[in-house]
Amino acid sequence: MHVSLTVNGQRAVTDVEPRTLLVHLLREELGLTGTHVGCDTSYCGACTVILDGKTVKSCTMLAVQAQGAEVTTIEGLAANGDLHPVQEGFWERHGLQCGFCTPGMIMSAVGLLSENGSPSEDEIRHGLEGNLCRCTGYHNIVRAVEYAAAKMRGEEPPAAEWEEGSS
Amino acid sequence: MGGGVVVSTTSVLGGVVKRREDPALIRGTGLYVDDLQLPGMLHVAFVRSPYAHARVVSVDASDAEGMAGVRAVYTAADVAHLGDLVTQVAVGKLRPLLAGDKVNHLGEAVAMVVADTRYGARDAADAVDVEYDPLDPVIDLKEAASDAALVHEDMESNVLLAWEGGPWGDEEAIAATQQAIADAKAQDDTVSVSFEAVNQRLLPMPIEPRSVVADWNVGYGRFTVHSSTQIAHALAGGIAQTFGLSLTDVRCIAPEVGGGFGCKLNVYNDEILVCFASQQLGRPVKFTETRRDAAGSTIHGRGWVATATITGTGDGQILGYELDGIADMGAYSQNFTVAIPFLGLFVGAGQYTFPTHWKVACVHTHTMTTDAYRGAGRPEAAYYLERAIDAFAREIGMDPAEVRRKNFIPADKFPGAATHIGFPMDTGDYETNLDALLETAGYEDLKAERDRLRTEGRLVGLGLATYVEVCGFGPSALVDLGFSWAAYKIPSGFSGSGLVRVQADGTASVIIGTGPTGQGHQTAWAQIVSNQLGIPVENIRVSHGDTAESPLGIGTFGSRSAAVDGSATYEAANKVRAKAADLAAHLLEASADDIMFADGGAHVAGSPDQQVSWSDIATLAYQPHRLPEGMEGGLEAHAVFSPGNATWPFGSHLALVEVDGDTGDVKLLRYIAMDDCGNVINPMIVDGQIHGGLAQGIGQAMFEDGDYEADGNLLKWSFVEYPLPTSADLPSFELHRTVTPTDINPLGVKGIGEAGTIGSAQTVVNAVVDALSPLGVTHVDMPLRPKRVWEAIQAAKTNGSVS
Ligand code: FES
Ligand code: FES
Repeated sequence: MHVSLTVNGQRAVTDVEPRTLLVHLLREELGLTGTHVGCDTSYCGACTVILDGKTVKSCTMLAVQAQGAEVTTIEGLAANGDLHPVQEGFWERHGLQCGFCTPGMIMSAVGLLSENGSPSEDEIRHGLEGNLCRCTGYHNIVRAVEYAAAKMRGEEPPAAEWEEGSS
Repeated sequence: MGGGVVVSTTSVLGGVVKRREDPALIRGTGLYVDDLQLPGMLHVAFVRSPYAHARVVSVDASDAEGMAGVRAVYTAADVAHLGDLVTQVAVGKLRPLLAGDKVNHLGEAVAMVVADTRYGARDAADAVDVEYDPLDPVIDLKEAASDAALVHEDMESNVLLAWEGGPWGDEEAIAATQQAIADAKAQDDTVSVSFEAVNQRLLPMPIEPRSVVADWNVGYGRFTVHSSTQIAHALAGGIAQTFGLSLTDVRCIAPEVGGGFGCKLNVYNDEILVCFASQQLGRPVKFTETRRDAAGSTIHGRGWVATATITGTGDGQILGYELDGIADMGAYSQNFTVAIPFLGLFVGAGQYTFPTHWKVACVHTHTMTTDAYRGAGRPEAAYYLERAIDAFAREIGMDPAEVRRKNFIPADKFPGAATHIGFPMDTGDYETNLDALLETAGYEDLKAERDRLRTEGRLVGLGLATYVEVCGFGPSALVDLGFSWAAYKIPSGFSGSGLVRVQADGTASVIIGTGPTGQGHQTAWAQIVSNQLGIPVENIRVSHGDTAESPLGIGTFGSRSAAVDGSATYEAANKVRAKAADLAAHLLEASADDIMFADGGAHVAGSPDQQVSWSDIATLAYQPHRLPEGMEGGLEAHAVFSPGNATWPFGSHLALVEVDGDTGDVKLLRYIAMDDCGNVINPMIVDGQIHGGLAQGIGQAMFEDGDYEADGNLLKWSFVEYPLPTSADLPSFELHRTVTPTDINPLGVKGIGEAGTIGSAQTVVNAVVDALSPLGVTHVDMPLRPKRVWEAIQAAKTNGSVS
């Protein structure tokens, strides 16, 4: 089946089997392998992308359902090569280890911050509940999102724990 | 970091350096195996058994073979000539590459389908018609140990061996220990507490499913295999061994690996089978697990049932500890399987002085193989020991911290201390660490607050546990105990290696034999080399995971990479520094003894203006005609480090919980950890390792349960039935450390990958039991999900144990 959509600002036109999942279109047809697959049940969030302004798990959608949509994947997040504040936060606050959950986690965090620019720790934790990470225990993911939230508000991010000599 | 360091010091940097690997990973440009698409690549799906135990009557692949895009369907007969799956510790039944006339666990691979597309392979696998004749499975561990029914009819017993100490390996001394404990129990002034507990089976579940792509080049007679593995060199060796090739005929590449936690520390049948298919079909072949495949066919961890008995006097002196347990090996032994409880034996007596009799039998059942999952044997051992000490403290009415303090091996026994089971330890100072935790946490205030809340009827509990870990394997002498990688054509034991090459422009490449699954090797190793050479971290590139270019390293597991391969790299850097000093001395017309490295170059001691850059030094190294007589060109060195012992990190953890008495819901309010992993290369990375380790230990305590049903079914096919902790389930962690460097490697580092997991499950369970203790509850088995906790509360209420 014919599907055309816009991905990271570029038009993509391709033919897919009707049952092709959006995540497989992105990864295997368009070569955008930054979006990952971690499960078969739409549970882990590794495949999260932004579609028409909302975060979606791209394994829950058929590619053809994205007909005409605007999709942003992790590859499209850094504008003109500059890291998005959420990407910067993950780097600055060690919000990733193996990096496999990270693209999805970053996209979800971008979605979260677009709805709530000053989330509490609790709001961050509940907002990212749909994304699993097996490496970080989420501690530094929360710190990364707090960093990004402050940056996006134009404020100085809270000091890193190691800067405070926490150990 | 790095620049400006005078490298005549041997200390590790210990500073925070942002990770060198992150820019690719946060932009989505890291390459994981499933991202790979090779021209002409085919895809694999497996036909898997829906039964735990059955005879395979027939396999009819004719429909599947007729489907468009299907290239081949292989069954056991096609691969029988390759033998069983290569295994390090070949005790018990080894795994056939594909099941033949019997299947022995749910999810066992019966046939392999190769097709043009991922979806097509799946469709064809569904079309393979297998007829089974179901048999009764052996699932329950006690039943398995009784040999009432055999898992494998051609074996005499389900029990493969029992690990027993202490001390280990001396039957007379074991009998003496047992006698001493029996005598203690017979004393009038002692009390004994005994309980049976399950340390449930867990599914490792890294978020990246395992994936492998094999590509046979018939012209070169060589495999190139990309795999999401923790052990690229062993995989190359395993493939070479299976196909009768040399190590140079197999190139394995582990690119980005999305978490491992031990489950990628195995050579899997699918890795061998895609090689076979590639060789047969002359095309690259990929297999990527579904999450369902991962649940049923990637190794599991834990799976013990044991009775712990602890005996001591009312003043807190423990006189004996006994553990009698059974560990589930699953249906087949793979890489380390039966060796996992042996790792538990190492720390079975903990960091304590009392006599310990510890015995764990390894049994086959009709379930998936167990093997190394984060901690591997040590979390189980620590769980029983620390639950027992807590139960004993409660029985005699003494503070659990005080009981531990009274029984620790004292700091002045080091160096030279050994566990009661007989394993020599490196360094330790347990009391200082525990006291530091109690003081930092405000232990007395927390107790007072708990007691106050209890008077309001709230079920609040404080849980304490301490641990000693053994890791950083080595010692190389493990080879003499039969643990080696010889089955993978690597007779090297547990040594590590590193290669440091200064490039012609003065930047440095570091090539290491182990690779990360998220631990930040590219950063930590750059710090080690920067510290030794004074080349800035940003001018050092660390590569790993490609057996064609990297020196031999057996892998990242057992918290060993920094301690062993990091030490090798440190020594390689020192060799480079020695040669660079000669080169700089030649350029500066000085003596090599007077050369100092700092600020990205070298200068003569006392005259910092007489200096040359690393680029000057490297230029000379690569222009041999300018070198003095007798000096060779080039500027690189390789070193192998062979540790004399394992390392023994330790720590103390404290958890504060509240239980909802109406629902059984457990809320983890605070988690405070004081770990000691020796010297720290990068505190940010070390803390990250502890965070993740804690989440997995807490996951076992509160959420995760990989146990099979009695009929051999595994109802844990997805993250819905097998809940990993989410961000909303966990608090922020409060981490602190003491620093007791090891004396067995030049970096003084012990390893930190598993400590968080080893210390945490019992800490949480101790806290929940403490919360429920006013009701008379003395134990609840993990995971502490609401239903189980609620049932424990109801049982305590109805059986009237509330006084
Ligand atoms: S791959 Fe989409 S939620 Fe797991
Ligand atoms: S960083 Fe590995 S799963 Fe999140």
